[in-house]
Amino acid sequence: MNQHITASGDTADLTHARPDTSQDVVRLVELKRRFGVTAALDGVSLTVRKGEILGIIGRSGAGKSTLIRCLNGLERPDSGEVFIEGREISRLGERDLQPLRRRIGMIFQHFNLLSAKTVEDNVALPLKIEGRPKAERLKRAAELLDLVGLSEKAKAYPASLSGGQKQRVGIARALAARPALLLSDEATSALDPETTRSILALLKDINRQLGLTILLITHEMEVIRSIADRVAVIDAGRIVEQGSVWSVFADPRSDVTKSLLGAIRPQLPAELAAQLLPAAGAETILRVDVAGEAASGPLLSDLATAVPGAFRLVHGGIDHIQQQPVGTLFLSVPGSDANHLADIIRFLKARQARVEVLGHVANPV
Amino acid sequence: MSPILFELLLRSIWETVLMTAASGLISLAFGLPLGLALIATERGGIAESLWVNRVLGAVINGFRSVPFIILLVALIPVTRLIVGTSIGTWAAIVPLSIAATPYYARIAEVSLREVDRGLIEAARAMGGNRWTIIREVLVPEALPGIVAGFTVTLVTLIGASAMAGAIGAGGLGDLAIRYGYQRFETSVMIAVVIVLIILVCGIQWVGDRLVARLDRRG
Repeated sequence: MNQHITASGDTADLTHARPDTSQDVVRLVELKRRFGVTAALDGVSLTVRKGEILGIIGRSGAGKSTLIRCLNGLERPDSGEVFIEGREISRLGERDLQPLRRRIGMIFQHFNLLSAKTVEDNVALPLKIEGRPKAERLKRAAELLDLVGLSEKAKAYPASLSGGQKQRVGIARALAARPALLLSDEATSALDPETTRSILALLKDINRQLGLTILLITHEMEVIRSIADRVAVIDAGRIVEQGSVWSVFADPRSDVTKSLLGAIRPQLPAELAAQLLPAAGAETILRVDVAGEAASGPLLSDLATAVPGAFRLVHGGIDHIQQQPVGTLFLSVPGSDANHLADIIRFLKARQARVEVLGHVANPV
Repeated sequence: MSPILFELLLRSIWETVLMTAASGLISLAFGLPLGLALIATERGGIAESLWVNRVLGAVINGFRSVPFIILLVALIPVTRLIVGTSIGTWAAIVPLSIAATPYYARIAEVSLREVDRGLIEAARAMGGNRWTIIREVLVPEALPGIVAGFTVTLVTLIGASAMAGAIGAGGLGDLAIRYGYQRFETSVMIAVVIVLIILVCGIQWVGDRLVARLDRRG
């Protein structure tokens, strides 16, 4: 009882703080769900704005699947609130959830197509559930199959399709009832990298063309990088970090985010990392993270001009995320002149770069 | 074989076919819903109700553990109530159906359980209700297994109908026992066995063909 009062109090505050909540397709407030002794969701609050692609990333077992299933009532939270287009749904009965679920499309890791139905009947199924006449269903299925580029497979059965084609059918099916929100549950995790790229491109297209709001969960940063506008990192049932994709990529705060980013951000080459010593040596290795203007400007040549003395670029790269340059550079500064090193670090920090001394190597590489 | 015996053989074939077909259809009509009920009420099912599940399971196991020849006699009052007599081919259809229904319910249950839970989740996510899930997902996806199981049930019924001679139902099994075995009419015995082989193979062939046509799982 007490908890309920607190929760509704928070809600009122949030409404005051953000007058544009009407733009929120999804709003989660302090969502909790336990399975036995483990907390799958441990107080998750999150909003998904109209027209955006929000990516939720986490390791397996972090609570992603439970979270996405709370949004269409496939899973019920123990406490907390789920607002879909402003309506609280977490306490609705199965019968009241059914019309709501028709406003929410969902695609799955293993596609979940019905093997006994043709591609067009699979796509038309949500409309059949809505009770639409057959002619309308088939017309809409044809439109959607055209959208996903599978018109010629309308009469085929799912078993004859490749994984990428199956997911295209899954996407067409999820769009059939013109949903306000698309949920993507690890939709590309069972696909090879090339197919993944084409499915992600399709989702991005749909997001742009139809203005469809998409919430996706994944364990791959690459997926977030290629299509998400914002990212939320979930770990042990809590959102540990969130923000626009490029800012989180440029400046990850939590260890989970850093480790998830590890796969796609430049890393110090292993043979060099193995030689690192904490004590001063012949060369000092710096990690320099840059984003925005610092990354697009002539940072290194400016550094060479401003600070006389040598430094070498060992490894690194600049990536473009949401049209924003985000980069990581590994520099090696020779010699034991502490002032020279301090000048370099000072210059880089003045240019909004984040600098970390990784260690020293005895023999120049 | 004498013309009289031949006529008897033809009549027995008809009786066996009638008993098998009628009790087969009845067991399909009741066994499939029963199988669906078992799946729906089990833990995590679409209409979870564990006590209903336990009661259904116990009743099914109860009927399945009684030997058919005992059931045949024990059900005489029920048969009399339904058919009006406890003797003859139609009378045998009652105990045959009652024995085959729980048998088929278990077979249907196994096929239905093999339907990927992800498909049920997808139908729920689309806003489908229980009836949608049964009609659009469970039954169509399990159909190859449901048909294959029905074929097995029909073949089992042909065997069980041989015992129905005990209540004067006739049929091929009865003919083989009374003429082929007790009267040493070897030709009758051979003819019955050949007809039974043809019947069983025919049912199995049709069933297999149907399953192959229905199975779209690739």
